[in-house]
Amino acid sequence: MTAAFHAPHIDYAGLSPVIALTAAVCVVLLTEIVKPLRRTSPVLTLVALATTAGLLIWQWNDPQDLVAGALRIDDLAISISLIAVFTAAFAVLLSIGEPAAEDTGSGEYHALLLGSVLGMTLLAQSQNLVTFFVAIETLSIPLYILCATNLRHERSLESGLKYLIVGSLGSATLLYGMAFLYGGSGSTDFAGIAAGVGREGLLSDPLILVGIGMAAVGLAFKASIAPFHQWTPDVYEGAPTPITGFMAVATKAAAFAVFVRFFDVALAPQAGEWQPALAVLAAVTIVIGNVGALGQNSLKRLLGYSGVAQAGYILGGLVVADRAGVDALVFYLAGYALMNLAAFAVVVARERETPFGDSIDAVRGLGRQRPLLAWPLTISMLALAGLPATVGFIGKLYLIEALVEGDYTWLAVFIAVGTMISLAYYLRVVAAMWMRPGGEPAPTPAIAGASPEADPTDAHAGRRWYLVAPALLAAAATVFFGVIPQPLVDFAQRAGASLF
Amino acid sequence: MINSLLWTPLAFGLLGLFLPRRLAGWWATLGTAATLGIAIALLAGFDSGATGLQDTVDVTWISGLGVDYSLGIDGLNIFLAMLTAVLWLGATAFAAFREQERPHLFFLMMLLAETATMGAFLAQDLLLFVLFFDLMLVPFYFLFGAWGSDREDGPTAAAATLKMIVYTLVGSLLMLVAAIATAIIAADGGQISFSIAELASHPIGTGSQRWIFWFFAAAFLVKMPAFLLHGWMPDAYRAAPLPVLAVFSGVLAKVGAYGFLRIVLPLFPAATVQFQTVLLLIALASILYGSVMAFTQTNVRLVGGYSSVAQLGFITAGIFALRADGGDGAVLQMVNHGLVVAPLFIIVALLAERSGTEDLRKMGGMAMRAPMLAALFLIVTLATLAMPGSANFIGEFYIVNGLFQAKIVFAFVAISGVALSAYYALRLYQRTMHNRKPEGIASREIGLRDGFVLAPLVLCIIGLAFYPQLILHRTDRSVEASVAAATKEPTPPANLASTGRKADSGSSSRPAGGEER
Repeated sequence: MTAAFHAPHIDYAGLSPVIALTAAVCVVLLTEIVKPLRRTSPVLTLVALATTAGLLIWQWNDPQDLVAGALRIDDLAISISLIAVFTAAFAVLLSIGEPAAEDTGSGEYHALLLGSVLGMTLLAQSQNLVTFFVAIETLSIPLYILCATNLRHERSLESGLKYLIVGSLGSATLLYGMAFLYGGSGSTDFAGIAAGVGREGLLSDPLILVGIGMAAVGLAFKASIAPFHQWTPDVYEGAPTPITGFMAVATKAAAFAVFVRFFDVALAPQAGEWQPALAVLAAVTIVIGNVGALGQNSLKRLLGYSGVAQAGYILGGLVVADRAGVDALVFYLAGYALMNLAAFAVVVARERETPFGDSIDAVRGLGRQRPLLAWPLTISMLALAGLPATVGFIGKLYLIEALVEGDYTWLAVFIAVGTMISLAYYLRVVAAMWMRPGGEPAPTPAIAGASPEADPTDAHAGRRWYLVAPALLAAAATVFFGVIPQPLVDFAQRAGASLF
Repeated sequence: MINSLLWTPLAFGLLGLFLPRRLAGWWATLGTAATLGIAIALLAGFDSGATGLQDTVDVTWISGLGVDYSLGIDGLNIFLAMLTAVLWLGATAFAAFREQERPHLFFLMMLLAETATMGAFLAQDLLLFVLFFDLMLVPFYFLFGAWGSDREDGPTAAAATLKMIVYTLVGSLLMLVAAIATAIIAADGGQISFSIAELASHPIGTGSQRWIFWFFAAAFLVKMPAFLLHGWMPDAYRAAPLPVLAVFSGVLAKVGAYGFLRIVLPLFPAATVQFQTVLLLIALASILYGSVMAFTQTNVRLVGGYSSVAQLGFITAGIFALRADGGDGAVLQMVNHGLVVAPLFIIVALLAERSGTEDLRKMGGMAMRAPMLAALFLIVTLATLAMPGSANFIGEFYIVNGLFQAKIVFAFVAISGVALSAYYALRLYQRTMHNRKPEGIASREIGLRDGFVLAPLVLCIIGLAFYPQLILHRTDRSVEASVAAATKEPTPPANLASTGRKADSGSSSRPAGGEER
């Protein structure tokens, strides 16, 4: 009798982005050991990200299940991973000269960043509870550490700890929910769970209902959907700004990817039962985010709350649970990445340049002083507010069209109302930059020196190419895709097409 | 051709960024002059006998969403595009004669504003219209906020501007939702199209029309502004730089009125008929409120601002008479009012330069050594109060004529507005030009360069007074087509069955429909 051993078939091509990122994490981490290589970690990270992007694009339009169906690489996963990779590359540029990166050790900082991207790539592909959980932890744990990397700032440490506690709570809820789901359906695959739900019914089986509810709550924590958003402003404010920018965009994108896979694909047959709950969640998020942002004086907190509100808009794309909704969601996420990165690049530059930290005072009179920074921030604010000729307008248009088509016109009206509220705070930033000439703040506030946060670290940060170029690039793309949106529409439609 | 009309201003604005500061203003003036040239060429080639759109451009813009880049001119918008080109040239030249802070940005915003406004007039795709309608706000936000004047006893320019933006965007964001809803309901599961002509040929169900009508109406009424929705106007008008205010008041208010004619009447005929009385009441309230406020104001700008509220009330009344006469009069009056109010604000700027104040009580006697300025101002004043012989008289005559046919009670009230306008217009003229001249006010003749700005505008007023047919003749067919949808609309079948024919024929929409035929 001959025993034949069949090795499982492993599709290395499909796994290549994940493999590349894993290898890069190890390599970048090791550079810290070898002294002459220490300064190469940003470059190596950029190379790794570029490679990953290349591998992802190589897999474009070739959907397949990997690792016995635990992962699925399709255009949705790829587009979301590309957003994460792109954002990470921005974060690397913005981290040049960032005290946090120097304090922690550049190699570790960048290795953690890559680790988080790895988690995101996995999360976007996962269609099994186990890979789902592993991915979300791979994503989160490096971020807990990165938030606290500004070792000399109390705020940063506080932010890291807060994020750790709240994030763990979210993960625990998620895990508990997963246990219920497994108990109720007898499977860890999304497809198996869907079959179980189909057998038992979503609302009739309390085990499954609780499981889905808790899993949704856990994800809502990650995507900062109200009322699970409370950590967002605090953590955003304390974390090093490049990391805040990365978190604001990439984490959200990855969390929404798995949201889509779980609800819009696996639970699609029961859509009528969960849609109203998520729609209410979206409406609440829009209101809370926009109202919360109104009184903020810290730009990072403002962007944090604005991110909450935007998560509410994006959730609208999920609620309608059809192709148009997913298209709109991916389009909005891509646009959201551009708009936010432009803003964060400017905040980073002003934070290093002025003694005002991330206060709105830091951009007062910016229109005169640094037009090359003022324009990106202006465009970003106008785009986030959804004004025309920016990608933000097209994104809102896309979402509203999907919502009205999916019979959720009332939620579309909520988006419109939320946008009106949001004008009050977005335009306040624009007004600070361009209006009240001569109202530029005194060069040094009385409390300077009292708080180490406020010390300018680089008087010429506003002219550094690695800050100005990303800001200009993101702003230019924001306008470009606002005028010629077709390429981005095609990109988003591929993602939708791969699911429906 | 129509593309160049739309994009020339913006192209000049962007190129102007690379010129030296002192040339920026002249370059912008050249850009607006070129735009006017294109507009005149379009008007010359305009076939007044044809119905439908001319010089159309129609390209798919976002295929996935059904949005087209589609422009065209017809009788409704050709003169509003002309008005835009004329007033922008005047205001830009007037601004170029004066020192501006950060001139590059100022003139870029000025020209971006022209492109956006022109786009709103030319767009033949519902969504493109909404886009340009919203886009207009961006440059005016900067122009009002950054070049406006802060008031000591009131909000800063930035705050006043923010108020204006929030007010107007409240309307236009709801309009975005409404526009999308219209297209989706009309498509009924098929291919979505935002083309205004297509949507007009298959109006959506009456139930949907009702709420969508109000979403659009809110956007347009805020823009005008109409009574109760004018809360942003006093602060914004006092903050705005005067050359900018001239185009803002002269043209932007008309976009709202134009929106009713272009979109609301043809697309939502059932709702239009149903809410005709409500809109007429709002219009009359605007006329009375605007007039009364205009003759109690002491700030010269606010006299102009509130008089605009009253005049726009007139125009709204003309549109919602739902008669071809009323619509014709409304289009003529839109152009007239633009041609009157823009010179008025330029004159206000000249008066403010001479007297150092915008308070009517501190002005006077300015006509003494400035006969030319006084003469120009007098012509503008007489046109404002719709003196018989002026084109404004003809416009108001048409409007009132339309109202008489539709709702005679409203016509009587509207006529009182004509009388009131005489009071505030003459009061403005007398308080500034006549009376005793207070100490410390210079009575200077208008300069040659400012004269070059003002005189052509006044010539336009005179020209139209002699030959209003220029406009009426060309707009007539388009207005008829726009109004027809609402007037000829038989009451919806469901209604017909339940209420019976007799009750219907007594309803307001029927008799005139018979008269026309």
